[in-house]
Amino acid sequence: MQPSDLKPEVFANYPPEARTLACAHLEVIRQLPLSFLPNLLREVIDYDFKFPAERSALEKELATISSLSSAEREDWFRGFAHIALSPSLERVDWVNQPARFGEQESAHLWSTHQQDAFRETAMAYGARLSAAAPPGEPPVKRLGIAIIGQGVSSYDAPLFRNLRAHGTYFSKLDAKDALQLLLAAVGERAQAHTTPYGHWYVDGGEAAEHSPLITCLSYKALEGARAALLRNMQAEIQRPGMGPEQLRTHLAEMKPSDLGIDKASDPVLDRFQLKILTEGSGTQIFSTTFAQWAAREALRRAQPLTLLVRFAPRQSIRPMNDLLSSPQTEPELDFTGSLVDADMGAYYHWINQQRLPGASQSVFLAWFEDHQQAMVVSPSLPHGVESESSIDLGKLLQLALS
Amino acid sequence: MDEFFQNTKVLSGRFAEEPLTPRELSRRLSLSRREFLRGATGAVLGSALSGASPYVRGESAQRKRKVIVITFGGGARDQETFAPEGQANIPHLLNELAPQSSFFTHVTNQGILGHYVATASLATGVYETLNNFAAVPPDHPTVFEYFRKDLRRPSSDTWVVAPSNGFNRIGESNYRSYGSGATVILPKHLLNAATSGSGPNLDHLLHDNYEDPLYTPVLEGGEFELDQLNRILRLSVDDFMAHARTLSSPDELSVYIAKRLMQQESPSLLWITMHDMDVAHSGAYSLYIDGIRRTDRLCAELWKAVQAEPEYRDNTTLFILPDFGRDADYDAAGNGFQHHRTGDAVSRTTWMMALGRGVREGVIYDQPMQSIDLVPSLGAIMGFSPDLAQGKPIKELL
Repeated sequence: MQPSDLKPEVFANYPPEARTLACAHLEVIRQLPLSFLPNLLREVIDYDFKFPAERSALEKELATISSLSSAEREDWFRGFAHIALSPSLERVDWVNQPARFGEQESAHLWSTHQQDAFRETAMAYGARLSAAAPPGEPPVKRLGIAIIGQGVSSYDAPLFRNLRAHGTYFSKLDAKDALQLLLAAVGERAQAHTTPYGHWYVDGGEAAEHSPLITCLSYKALEGARAALLRNMQAEIQRPGMGPEQLRTHLAEMKPSDLGIDKASDPVLDRFQLKILTEGSGTQIFSTTFAQWAAREALRRAQPLTLLVRFAPRQSIRPMNDLLSSPQTEPELDFTGSLVDADMGAYYHWINQQRLPGASQSVFLAWFEDHQQAMVVSPSLPHGVESESSIDLGKLLQLALS
Repeated sequence: MDEFFQNTKVLSGRFAEEPLTPRELSRRLSLSRREFLRGATGAVLGSALSGASPYVRGESAQRKRKVIVITFGGGARDQETFAPEGQANIPHLLNELAPQSSFFTHVTNQGILGHYVATASLATGVYETLNNFAAVPPDHPTVFEYFRKDLRRPSSDTWVVAPSNGFNRIGESNYRSYGSGATVILPKHLLNAATSGSGPNLDHLLHDNYEDPLYTPVLEGGEFELDQLNRILRLSVDDFMAHARTLSSPDELSVYIAKRLMQQESPSLLWITMHDMDVAHSGAYSLYIDGIRRTDRLCAELWKAVQAEPEYRDNTTLFILPDFGRDADYDAAGNGFQHHRTGDAVSRTTWMMALGRGVREGVIYDQPMQSIDLVPSLGAIMGFSPDLAQGKPIKELL
């Protein structure tokens, strides 16, 4: 089927709001090239389970391309129209399985050496869209907090190396009650700037006490879901013909109820948690990867005003000789390795935050848990300097946000 | 606030660097390697040199010539290797091997960035388009087939030591009039066969690829490998297992097997692919760094083994190259070091080191070349004609 063949009834299997959205923009959807459209439908089909920021962005995108004249639309999508697809791709049920189409299209683009052209075209489209419908500024300075190194008693190598050029490094902080101070600060922001999914707390271990106004997910709370997912994957792997690509497609088609994460009466968050586990490589087995990926996806999708991520120690990978000698031993925790993972995770947290509107005013704080070292990136603090102030983290946060 | 400013000091050096835009980062990829190596090793820029190559190309010399290729099936970025902040991870490559090498700073891979298909492309000199996750042979003749056909070499003269089950078809293609290539040894497969499936849970060691860290393929064909163990490597299963218990990773096992091959078979063309660092796909940065450090150590260990073997000493040229890089931190389409899916400049750009017989020492070449240029270069060095390869011989090696 080609996009021009689309009729309202083809969206019958879409969730209600997604169906309404697709039908409302059917006229423009029919005119989009096939190399592009399923990627748009991949967003539309999930509309009912999207965060407010995502829904708003999708509505803006559809409104923008609907407002283009024929000549403008042709100009905007010329690059996509030049992408050559295969007959087998055209036969995929791309209306109802746009994610599967996307996987196959990606493989096709790589094997036909069109990946670079597609990438360039997609980036140009994104830049055009952003210029035509600029995202709104946040109502308050965005705040990111990364807490790293839980359980590490001492660490001699320098931390926050990637961030130091961008902010102020504190080496002698007063770390008393710092975790509570930071969580309280997030709670206060949630109270002061009420917005759905606007304030998040991700914990790579067990969540500490926090305000009920904060959206929270933790590695510990998803223990049952992770175990269910691993069992499901092992069963799938045994099936004939199953390979990494087929397994990915299977995972993409899972529902929260398959893993027992549909109990929170919040289908949007349930779906988000499912995708963290099924789409994130390594999130099922390493808590540090879970925390980093959850932070990335929360920022990309929900665009929260506040995001606190607390990393916890992950399980170690046992060396081969250890495995061969004592196969039954449970893996230990890798505290130092987890600190290194989290240090990089904090850097990526900041990078992902800087991709959002209001980046020039955003504030980011990374703290080595229970230690005196922290890094703050803020427009109100100098860059590339070190401070030996013994300021506490609560006051430091106030200073950074001032 | 006053107290805060009284207690600040301006940072210098690396910590005070201004952040680079993605475009600047891309432009400086080669430059940073070149400048760093020049400063650290005293190497000179290749363009400043003139005169003939030191390669000896007589027939008798070619018959004795040994070539070993080490590829990293798991890209490593500049910032974890040759850039200043990555130096600590590669002390052996940097301090021991680079000063002896011709170093090519700007190697691009314009093909599919999957490890099996990219390694197949390296081995054929053509950007292959096969399914990265399928155990299928390359579509074009491999370097091993050219080598054996043109030079009339027996199968014992060329071997591949590869990390996982998916690589078992990389030794030879189905291309008409070719098809006699290298025997492939899969050390992890060997280990699984040796434990007869009744030993410890080795799932994470047996991954075909780390793209999906939970996927472990079903391995088959243990009898053949066990036979290889006894017949070719002169190694009993008990001795093999005893040695495996002293090793910490699959790549260590690969290097052990490669050294046994050198002792027992003395192949003229030996190809080893490393895979440990591709654990980066699991998202654990520290494990990725551990993998780089291990690979660094193993490259030096293999070079020492070359010096210790009379058949190889003073007669061997070693090539070391990653198959490609990994995604840039700043590319929104990716997740930094974890994958190589964006096709950005950082993920497509890498380096190559050549050292040993016939290679100029301490020279840096920064003109762009492609990874598919390797096979035509090996052909020119060893005296065979890779007619279907699409790359070009690297003139600095001729």
